[in-house]
Amino acid sequence: MMPTSDSAFITALHLVLDLDPTLLAIVALSLQVSLAAVLIAALVGLPLGAALALWRFPGRGLVIVVLNALMGLPPVVAGLAVYLLLSRAGPLGQFGLLFTPGAMVIAQVVLILPIIAALTRQQIEELHGEYAEQLASLGLSRPRRIPTLLWDARFGLLTVILAGFGRASAEVGAVMMVGGNIDGVTRVMTTAIVLETGKGNLALALGLGLVLLVLVTLINGAAHLLGETARRRLG
Amino acid sequence: MTPRPFLAALALMGVALDAQASEPYLTLASTTSTEQSGLFAELLPAFQAATGIRVRVVAVGTGQAFEIARRGDADALLVHDAQAEEAFVAEGYGSERADVMVNDFVLIGPAGGPAGADPAGVAEAESILDALARIAEAEAPFASRGDDSGTHRAERRLWEAAEITPTAPWYRELGSGMGPTLNTAAAMGAYVLADRATWAAFANRQELALLFEGDERLFNQYGSVVIDAERHSHLKHNLAAQWHAWLLSDEGQQAIADFTVDGQPLFFPNAE
Repeated sequence: MMPTSDSAFITALHLVLDLDPTLLAIVALSLQVSLAAVLIAALVGLPLGAALALWRFPGRGLVIVVLNALMGLPPVVAGLAVYLLLSRAGPLGQFGLLFTPGAMVIAQVVLILPIIAALTRQQIEELHGEYAEQLASLGLSRPRRIPTLLWDARFGLLTVILAGFGRASAEVGAVMMVGGNIDGVTRVMTTAIVLETGKGNLALALGLGLVLLVLVTLINGAAHLLGETARRRLG
Repeated sequence: MTPRPFLAALALMGVALDAQASEPYLTLASTTSTEQSGLFAELLPAFQAATGIRVRVVAVGTGQAFEIARRGDADALLVHDAQAEEAFVAEGYGSERADVMVNDFVLIGPAGGPAGADPAGVAEAESILDALARIAEAEAPFASRGDDSGTHRAERRLWEAAEITPTAPWYRELGSGMGPTLNTAAAMGAYVLADRATWAAFANRQELALLFEGDERLFNQYGSVVIDAERHSHLKHNLAAQWHAWLLSDEGQQAIADFTVDGQPLFFPNAE
């Protein structure tokens, strides 16, 4: 992965066209880690957000405020917390997860779960406001309403999930701390960019950044197409 | 789902994502200078060829490397702060420490640009202490790592030896690694103390140049530390002992001597 030109754009083109195996491995790991984190965060966050929208309980306002505030959790703080948890001297040290891709997935879940849960809560609450009477007349209990509402809100929730994915794939502080940026094991796009910047290879670093940007754009484009197709089929 | 099976599942997934899980490996906490200079890219394949063991390097500042090792998150240490390494062994965290190699620190500064060439005149200094005194006298911008790394600790010891308390605004603590500090120094035309290895491999020099070198006080000793077996039983002591022994062996020392950047050797083996 040597810069062949001073221009970041040409460097990025070379990176992609040369199909450098090191770069491919880094890209693959970035996608695996962030997609795994999004999957877990969505599986937990969508029902959690919907439940929070439907149930009324004491302290609910506080939970919502905390959840909304956690959307702005600094990645390096999330990384530090997960580091202390997973460190051998920490409470979950026996699993030996620190400096593995698994640790990076956990750190990203911590970061994006509040985003997915908080935005889902907001969307489902609005939707439920419109359909509450209808759903009640169908005799649907609140737990039964959750899948119905989530399905009805699916296009909006796709954007919510993409917001989570964006945060996960762009983040560097947390994965650097819990992954260790180990060559061939836990090096992802963002930590590679930090490393190359440190070496003063600014063109290469920016080139890697362009590659990351194109990847994220492609994934967002695919999700958009998927949504549009489904929407059209609905008429 | 209770947390335990959930974490076990995540651990399994971690293994599935881990491309090299089947190979024996050890985790080495080391410094950014050894990683960013390219030394490990040369050293680790030679070690793996000799022993079949892969070394996973977590490259951080020396202060953080000690903390990682203290918590039992690394199997071995390769750092450059002999005093702290000996203290680490004395406290019972390490069982053994040995000299591996040396390189040296160099004083980098502006050789042109808006600040002018070498505004403090360190190139004519008689010693590194004289050079630092000239920078303080001229109140020329000086970029300090400020991150408790081995290089930062060495720099603080030099200021102390020169009996100078460097102060803002000309003294700027950046709290960054060596590479980012060089990037910033290049942008602001500041002096900076760097290890020769990172400097040699650094690509974004702009107006920066090596202005002072060769003082005995700039000697930079790297040491290998074996983590104490009794404190952290889960660590890979057997593999770490093989790594430690290989570094000190003729083969390991030769591999260090063979590493060059642009034909220039950067680390000089000095195991006893």
